[in-house]
Amino acid sequence: MTNRLLTIKNLSVTFGGLHALRDLNFHVDEGEIVSVIGPNGAGKTTFFNMISGMVTPTSGDIIFKGESLLGLDPNQVTAAGIARTFQNVRLFANMTILENVMVAQHCRTRQGIGGSLFQTRSFKREEREIREHGEKVLGFFGSRLVGYRLDQPASVLSYANRRRLEIARAMATKPTIILLDEPVAGMNPKESAILTDLIGELRSDWGFTIVLIEHDMNVVRDVSDRVVVLDHGETIAQGSYDDVSNSPEVIEAYLGRPVKETA
Amino acid sequence: MSDTELLPARKPLDQDWLKLLNYSFTLAFVSIFVSLTNMPVRFDTRMIIEPVFSMGYLSLFWLPVLLGFLVTRETVLEGIASHKKGFREVFAGAFVGVVGGGGLSLLVYLLDNFNVRDPLVNWSPQLRDLLSFQRSNVFGFVIWPVIGLILGSLGGSVHVVSTRFRRIVTWALLAVIGFAVFETVLLDLSEGFAWLGAEWLTDELYFIRGGLTMHGAVILAVLGGLFAAFGHGSTRRVKENFTALESTQRTRANIVILLLSAAALVVLPLFLGGITNELLANVGLFVLLALGLNIVVGLAGILDLGYVAFFAIGGYSAALITTTNRADSWPSWVPALTKAQVAETWWIPSVYWLVALIAVVLFAALAGLFIGAPVIRMRGDYLAIVTLGFGEIIRLMFQSDWLGGYTGAAQGVTNIPGFQIFNVATIKGTDPRAVFYLVLFFCVIAIYVSWRLERSRLGRAWMAIREDESVAEAMGIDTVKAKLMAFVVGAVLASFSGAILAAKVGSVFPTSFEILVSIVILVVVIVGGMGNIVGVIVGALVLIGILGGPTQPGLLAEFSEYKLLIYGVLLIVMMLKRPEGLVPNVRRTRELHQDEYLQDAWLKGEIDTDSDDEETALTATASPPNMGTQPA
Repeated sequence: MTNRLLTIKNLSVTFGGLHALRDLNFHVDEGEIVSVIGPNGAGKTTFFNMISGMVTPTSGDIIFKGESLLGLDPNQVTAAGIARTFQNVRLFANMTILENVMVAQHCRTRQGIGGSLFQTRSFKREEREIREHGEKVLGFFGSRLVGYRLDQPASVLSYANRRRLEIARAMATKPTIILLDEPVAGMNPKESAILTDLIGELRSDWGFTIVLIEHDMNVVRDVSDRVVVLDHGETIAQGSYDDVSNSPEVIEAYLGRPVKETA
Repeated sequence: MSDTELLPARKPLDQDWLKLLNYSFTLAFVSIFVSLTNMPVRFDTRMIIEPVFSMGYLSLFWLPVLLGFLVTRETVLEGIASHKKGFREVFAGAFVGVVGGGGLSLLVYLLDNFNVRDPLVNWSPQLRDLLSFQRSNVFGFVIWPVIGLILGSLGGSVHVVSTRFRRIVTWALLAVIGFAVFETVLLDLSEGFAWLGAEWLTDELYFIRGGLTMHGAVILAVLGGLFAAFGHGSTRRVKENFTALESTQRTRANIVILLLSAAALVVLPLFLGGITNELLANVGLFVLLALGLNIVVGLAGILDLGYVAFFAIGGYSAALITTTNRADSWPSWVPALTKAQVAETWWIPSVYWLVALIAVVLFAALAGLFIGAPVIRMRGDYLAIVTLGFGEIIRLMFQSDWLGGYTGAAQGVTNIPGFQIFNVATIKGTDPRAVFYLVLFFCVIAIYVSWRLERSRLGRAWMAIREDESVAEAMGIDTVKAKLMAFVVGAVLASFSGAILAAKVGSVFPTSFEILVSIVILVVVIVGGMGNIVGVIVGALVLIGILGGPTQPGLLAEFSEYKLLIYGVLLIVMMLKRPEGLVPNVRRTRELHQDEYLQDAWLKGEIDTDSDDEETALTATASPPNMGTQPA
């Protein structure tokens, strides 16, 4: 029996009268890669927002490492060990690439005003460690984000590299679970194949557990241990990629019902 | 702009007439407006060149030149052929000058024949006399279009003359006006350097009752022109050499520059008289405030419109702790002491200022926490409005009957003694030089704090919050705590300023902490360059030093009445033309001009291309597209 990291029980959220998520049950084990798929508007991003504390659920519970995440602020959730990326890349565009990953280590470091004013030895050591760890996570993507790029603002990066930097920023928070919201959106097939491999490495080399939202079925097939399908805020199928892709409910959710039945 | 050929000049009458009329009416309207604010009459006593030219006329004369220049100014795009400049531009300027000058002619006529002094308080015979140059109305009526013609054509001809010539004239004018503006300081300096014979120089330059002498002005103009003609290239070369330096050498050069300016700041006041030192001390107080607000607004991005609250708390807490007026200002449980006893007891109520400062800092930090805690959870406009409210609440509390028993309500706290620092200097109102040194010391602390914090874990968190607060929070930053820290640091720096003010003036009143102070500090930060330490200092020097603070006179004491008007105009112009401030912060500029920045980066090949090829990503030498070439 593997170690259960994240358990979500009967989670619901309503916006006004709209049920964005309804009675959702979900779990992630340590070292798993789980994909969440579903048509547009199925509630996938709301699901992520809920885990990361940006949206408060109406009912239900989120349990991470045996403790409830309910009522925690996003920064506390990140500190607990859940990092995320955003579907519409949200980097700190005017900070440099290195600063983007340095700032993400905020919750893992503790130097305050005093340390910086008196330039204490522990402050300097911590700064050095922050920088080294930052360069290390950037180095994960090869030479794309390091070298002369370190001191360039994030806004000069290409779209694919911004996505990579977002992942690096999530990695820099030293999380247990990384939530990836459409990591390969906007990448060409070759790039997304490379990123798919990297997602595998995130688990094997870095020991992260990964939950990802993805529309690109090739990525989902190649990378995930388990696939969860959401539609209209409900889980309609769960299981391996092959099971799920042949499930009639899933096909219906994506393609609609055959004409004769609706008629 | 290099090899684009110029199209031949257009015909003089080939004009955008609507634009010309638009500018003419703008000129007429602004000239009338300036006249009716009474600026010309008020500034007439301040001579620039005795006896021919006063600041009063200057307040009207610059308008036709500026508008005559602007009317034909076009943005020249790289690679797009533009017309050669010629008589058309001069004509346009002249047209604007003549038609716009008509506005003042009309005003002279109206001033003579109607009396609407009731709503327009400055509708006066003096204004009429001034506008008609103390002559007949007919003269006044005719002269303004003529002046407009001359000045407007001058403005228009700026387009025509060579850059070098333009620079020479600009520098000559700047030299004359600059020396006229800085008269007080220079006279003060020359007294300090009297042993070098400096007084002889200023006696030559300045007329005894103020203003430059004619030959002084000519000498200055020539010197300015000569500097522009021969010196400009060399200043640019120095700058180029400087940027070409290796980074280590540049740091070394920076340190040398820093040390030199620090030495100048320490040594110069010794040779300055009371007036200038007073001015410097006032500017210093605002530099301190602006540096504090810069941390809150510039680094953490919290728009705090009630910053004066902490200035007030610093001032009042220092005042209450150090005042010798104990009976009025302390609660009844503190035993009453006589004056003699007060002198003997070091602890209370008249605590030594430096000891009191510890309490002041604690108070300010606590106030920062208490005010900040509820406020900081808000964002954007809401936060600004709430801070505005708190700024007023604090002042009203000090003024109220509730705390009035301790704070003296509207009478304020008086009898705050000066104090000695280790028998070296006495800080009191009558010794502005000592006050300046004290302010300087605290400014250095503030600069160090800003500089260090910006490059720390907290500074990065502030930056991230400024960029995108929700993402910053999702990335593990406790935004409430980080913002609260900024608030507290800002509060402490403001309280230093308040405490010095209390010791300097010897009293504090609620009226010293009006909402206007908050606004002025914010304007200083914005105009100077938000987020940039040097910018903030420059902003304070320019605004407070030249125009004056909310209650403090600046170099141009005549301006004090129009300070707010000028602040307002300056702010609008800055927001339109240079929102990043006089000395901008690199990052802030990037935020405000991101499109241009990205375009530049693209042209330089710094933007990376969407390539999955490692080699290309490494070298990233995408050749810039040919934008500057001729159409085929």
